[in-house]
Amino acid sequence: MHQKSLSELAAGLRAGEFTSEALTRHFLDRIERFDGELNSVVTVTADAALEAAREADRRIAAGDAGPLTGIPFLHKDIFCTDGVRTSCGSRMLDNFEAPYDATVTEKLRQAGAVMLGKTNMDEFAMGSSNETSFYGPVKNPWDTGRVPGGSSGGSAAAVAARLAPLATGTDTGGSIRQPAALCGITGIKPTYGRVSRYGMIAFASSLDQGGPFATSAADAALLLEAMSGFDPRDSTSIDRPVEDYSAALEQDLDGLVIGLPKEFFDDGLDARVRAVIDAAIEEYRRLGATVKEISLPNSGLSVPVYYVVAPAECSSNLSRMDGVRFGHRCEDPKDLDDLYTRSRGEGFGAEVKRRIMIGTYALSAGYYDAYYLKAQQIRRLIRDDFVKAFEEVDVIMGPTSPTTAFRLGEKSDDPVTMYLSDIYTIAVNLAGLPGMSIPAGLVDGLPVGLQLIGDYFAEGRLLNIAHQYQKVTDWHTRCPAGYE
Amino acid sequence: MEWEVVIGLEIHAQLATRSKIFSGASTAYGAEPNTQACAVDLGLPGVLPVLNEKVVELAARFGLATHSTVARRSVFARKNYFYPDLPKGYQISQFELPIVHDGYIDIDLDDDTTRRIGITRAHLEEDAGKSLHEDFHGATGIDLNRAGTPLLEIVSEPDMRSAKEAVAYMKKIHALVRYLEICDGNMQEGSFRCDANVSVRPKGQEEFGTRTEIKNINSFRFVERAINYEVERQIDVLEAGGEIVQETRLYDADRDETRSMRSKEEANDYRYFPDPDLLPVILDDDFIEAVRKTLPELPDAKRERFMTQYSLSHRDAVILTGSREMASYFELVVEASGGEGRLAANWVTGELSGLLNREGIEIDESPVSAEHLGGLLKRIADNTISGKIAKQVFEAMCRGEGDADTVIEQKGLKQITDSGAIEKLVREVLDNNPKQVEQYRGGQEKLLGFFVGQVMKATQGKANPGEVNKILKRLLSGD
Amino acid sequence: MSLDQDTIRRIARLARLGVDESENETYARSLSDIFAFVEQLNAVDTTGIEPMAHPLDARQRLRPDEVTESNQRDKFQKIAPRVEAGLYLVPRVIE
Repeated sequence: MHQKSLSELAAGLRAGEFTSEALTRHFLDRIERFDGELNSVVTVTADAALEAAREADRRIAAGDAGPLTGIPFLHKDIFCTDGVRTSCGSRMLDNFEAPYDATVTEKLRQAGAVMLGKTNMDEFAMGSSNETSFYGPVKNPWDTGRVPGGSSGGSAAAVAARLAPLATGTDTGGSIRQPAALCGITGIKPTYGRVSRYGMIAFASSLDQGGPFATSAADAALLLEAMSGFDPRDSTSIDRPVEDYSAALEQDLDGLVIGLPKEFFDDGLDARVRAVIDAAIEEYRRLGATVKEISLPNSGLSVPVYYVVAPAECSSNLSRMDGVRFGHRCEDPKDLDDLYTRSRGEGFGAEVKRRIMIGTYALSAGYYDAYYLKAQQIRRLIRDDFVKAFEEVDVIMGPTSPTTAFRLGEKSDDPVTMYLSDIYTIAVNLAGLPGMSIPAGLVDGLPVGLQLIGDYFAEGRLLNIAHQYQKVTDWHTRCPAGYE
Repeated sequence: MEWEVVIGLEIHAQLATRSKIFSGASTAYGAEPNTQACAVDLGLPGVLPVLNEKVVELAARFGLATHSTVARRSVFARKNYFYPDLPKGYQISQFELPIVHDGYIDIDLDDDTTRRIGITRAHLEEDAGKSLHEDFHGATGIDLNRAGTPLLEIVSEPDMRSAKEAVAYMKKIHALVRYLEICDGNMQEGSFRCDANVSVRPKGQEEFGTRTEIKNINSFRFVERAINYEVERQIDVLEAGGEIVQETRLYDADRDETRSMRSKEEANDYRYFPDPDLLPVILDDDFIEAVRKTLPELPDAKRERFMTQYSLSHRDAVILTGSREMASYFELVVEASGGEGRLAANWVTGELSGLLNREGIEIDESPVSAEHLGGLLKRIADNTISGKIAKQVFEAMCRGEGDADTVIEQKGLKQITDSGAIEKLVREVLDNNPKQVEQYRGGQEKLLGFFVGQVMKATQGKANPGEVNKILKRLLSGD
Repeated sequence: MSLDQDTIRRIARLARLGVDESENETYARSLSDIFAFVEQLNAVDTTGIEPMAHPLDARQRLRPDEVTESNQRDKFQKIAPRVEAGLYLVPRVIE
C-alpha cells in the first residue's frame, strides 16, 4: 500500500478495497518498524490518527470525501497542533502542547487527512542536516550514515522511507528542497504568502513558507492545494484564489523555455551531480523545451545576505521563548535575569544560540546599517535578477544542492561550509519565488535533486513541468533499499 | 544666573477601539487578569498580528486635527527588549516612518496669549501588560489583559518653556483627543498618560541642556509638580557646579519628588527593525478625505465661532471650549434660554463652574441640566425674576427641586413688574423715611440706593429693579 | 571582522542567553568567521537602492474592529510554568 500513488489510494478507499483505518495502521506499523533507526518522527499520535481515520471512513462512506480524505500524513513539528506537543525540535518547547491549531493543521483536518504524528527537524528549523534537533539527528534512509538534509529532514526521510505517503515541511532557505533532493523525493516551496504562516512557528518571518513533500509531483499537487489559500490571520497571506494544481499537470511542454543560470553551474558544483542535472535537462529538450543560459549576477551573495536577514529576524522571533508563559523554565530562578538567561541558555541548542547572537549583533546599535540594511538592499538586487530573468524564460533549472547527502557530523564544526550547502536554494527565499526539487538521478547510490524555480505564483506550472518529467522517467519511484 | 526651562512631552493616548491593535481580544477595562489576553496577545509561538482598521482611522483623525502630515506610507517596527509584561520580547511600534508627523497645536496661556507647540510625530504602538508587585510568595504577577491595547504616542517638539505651558499643552491635547473621540481620556485608568523631557539652559543660550525623562505621569497636577521639582533639582545641581545625567526618572507623588530609576547595567539597545509580520500601511487620498469628513468642529474653530456668534470674550470662549462636554452644555443652555449667549457664558463660567469645582465633579455630572439652566436664564431675560433671585432659584435647582418655573412658582419668587403696585410701595417707603427724602432732595443723591434697598426689602427682592429706580427717581424729583 | 569574547558576552547579555564562559571562545571564533564571510556584501554599491523588507510589494491588510476572541485563560495557563490567581508569576521585579 505504501508504494501506491495518492490517486490510487483515494480510489482504493472509495472503492472499499481498504479502509482509511487499515491504511493508517499500515503506516503506523511502518513507523514502528523503521523509525527506531531513522528517528524521523518525534511524536506518534496513533490513537488520534485511528480515530481520524474512522471518521474519514464515515465521510468516504457518506460520499463526502475530498482527495485527501482518509490519507495519512506526517506533520513537521513546527506547525502547531492543538493538544499535541509542538516542539520545533527544541528542548525549549519539549513540554509545549500547543493550545491551538495552525491554519495549515486546521485545513488538513478539514480535508480529512489523517495525521500520524509530528516529524523531527532541525531546532527551530535552523540547519541543513537535521543534526541540530534536541531529539537527535535524523538518518537518511538511502544511507543511514548520512544526513537527510534539513531543516525538514524528518519529513523528507519519512516520505523517502514510505513511512507516510505525504508530509508537510517549511522552507526558509531551502529546508524543503534540499532534504527532498538528498532523500530522493519531491518537495515544493510555494510563493511567499501562498501558504498561511499562522501557527507555523516562525524562524525568519519574511522567508518562511510551508509546503508539501511527496514521492511525486502529482501527489505534491494535492497536498499543496489543501495547504494553500488566503488566511485573514496572516497579514502576509495573499488574497488570491488557489489554482487547481492537479488540473494543470497534463499540459505539454512544447515551447517551454528553460533558463540555466551560469552561477548555478560553477566550480562549487560536484561534477557527477552536474552530469545528472545535464541529463535531466536533456530529457526536457526531448519533451519539447528549449534551453537558454541566463545570469543571476547577484545570486552568489544570497548566502551572506541570508545569514544577516534570517538571524536578525530569528533573534527577535525567539525572544518570546522566555520561560514565562510556556516552554522551558529553569529550576529556581533567583531573579528575573536568571530566569531569562538560564531558561534560554538551557532551552536553546548551540546553533540556535549562534544565530540569535549573529542577529542580535547585526541589529545592534552601530551595526544595523552596515549589516541589516545593506543585506536588505542586496536582497532587492537578487530579486531583480530573477524578475529580469523571467522576462526571457518560463522556468529556471539547476541543481538543488551542490552535493549528495553528506556524512553525519561532516560539516557540524564549520558553520560557513554548512551554510554554503544551501547556496542554490537561498536566493529563491530571498526573492519569495516558488521553488521545487524533484529526484533526477543517483550518484553512488545517493539521490540528486533537480531544482525548478518559477515566477511568482507559478506553482501550478512548476508542478506541471515536474509531472511531465516524472511521466517519462522513474527516478521518483526509486525507493531506498530495505524500505520497499 | 537666569535659567530657561525646555520641555517636550510624549503623551500616550489609548485609542478608543473595541478590540486590540493586532488581535480580536477585547480592550474593555477591569476584566479578571489574563481573561482578555488571546493567543496573539500572549505571544504564543506561531501567532501573527493583523492590524485593526480603526486605529488607522483614529490616528489619521488626530493628524488632520493637528495640521500634521498623515503619512501615505508608514511602517511598523519591532522594539526589542526583555520585560515580563512584554510577551513577545519586543513591542510593535513605529520608528522611522510614523503614521502622523510634522504638525502643531496652539495652546492658550493665562495672559490670553497663545503659543504654538510643534508636534514632531504621532505613532501607533501596542501597550504592554501590567506587573503586579503585591506579594505572591516573593514573586511578581503578570496580567496581560492590557497587552496589545492600541496607543497613539504623541511626541511634541521641545517647545514648552514652563510647567504651566506643559500643563496647558497636555490639557489641550486631552481636550482634542476627546473632541475627536479617539481616546476616552480617562487618566485614572491609564488611558491618557505622559512622559516629560525636561532640561534647563542659561537664558540666551542656543543649545539645549542635558535632559532627563520623567516617566508615566498620569494627572495634570502631577505634570506641573513633577516638572517644577525637576527644574529646581536641575538648577540646584548646575549651580552647585554639577552635571545633569541623562536618565529616566520617576515622579513620586507622595513625596513630591522625582528620583532616578535604578540605573540599568547597559544602555538600552532596542535593535529596531521593520516588523516582517506586518506590511507597510498605505493610505490613499480617498481614505484621508473620507476621514476628514468625519472630523467634528475642533476646539479652535469652535472658540472662534463662540466669540462671533455669542459675542463672547476670548477668555470665556477658551473656557467654554475647554472640553467637548463643556461646549455642548453651553450651547444647550443658550438654546434653552432662547439665545442668551452672554448670559449663558456668565452663568456657565460663574455659578455653574463654581458649583462643579466645589463638588469636584465634571460637567456631565452636573446636578443642573443644561435645559434647566437655560430655562432659568430665560426667566432672567424676560424679567420674571432678577439676577439676585435667580441665584436662589439656581440653588433650589441644585437641590433637585425642579426646573426654574416650578421653583419660581412654588416659592412665589415672581418679580413684581406692575408699576402701579411698585409705585404704591415706593410711596410707602418715601412716607416712612421723610428725613432721607429731604436729604436726597438736598443733593445727597447716593441715597437712591437706600430707597431701592428699602423697596426690595419690602418685596423680598421681587420688585423689578429697573422699574423701582424709575419710579423712585420720578417721585423724588417731586413730580 | 573579528569579534572578541567581550563582544560575545555583550550580545549574549542583550539576548538574555546563558552562554558558558567556556563556550565564549568557540562562539567568538564562529561569529568572526561568519561576519568575515558577510563582509563581501560591502563590496557591492547599493547607493539609492531601497531595502527590501518583504518579498512581495503588498500593503498591510486591515481587520475590522471586532472582538472575535473569548476567554481561554484556563487552556492557555495549563501550559504555563507558574501561575497563581490567573497571573503569570516571575521572580520579584523591583522597580
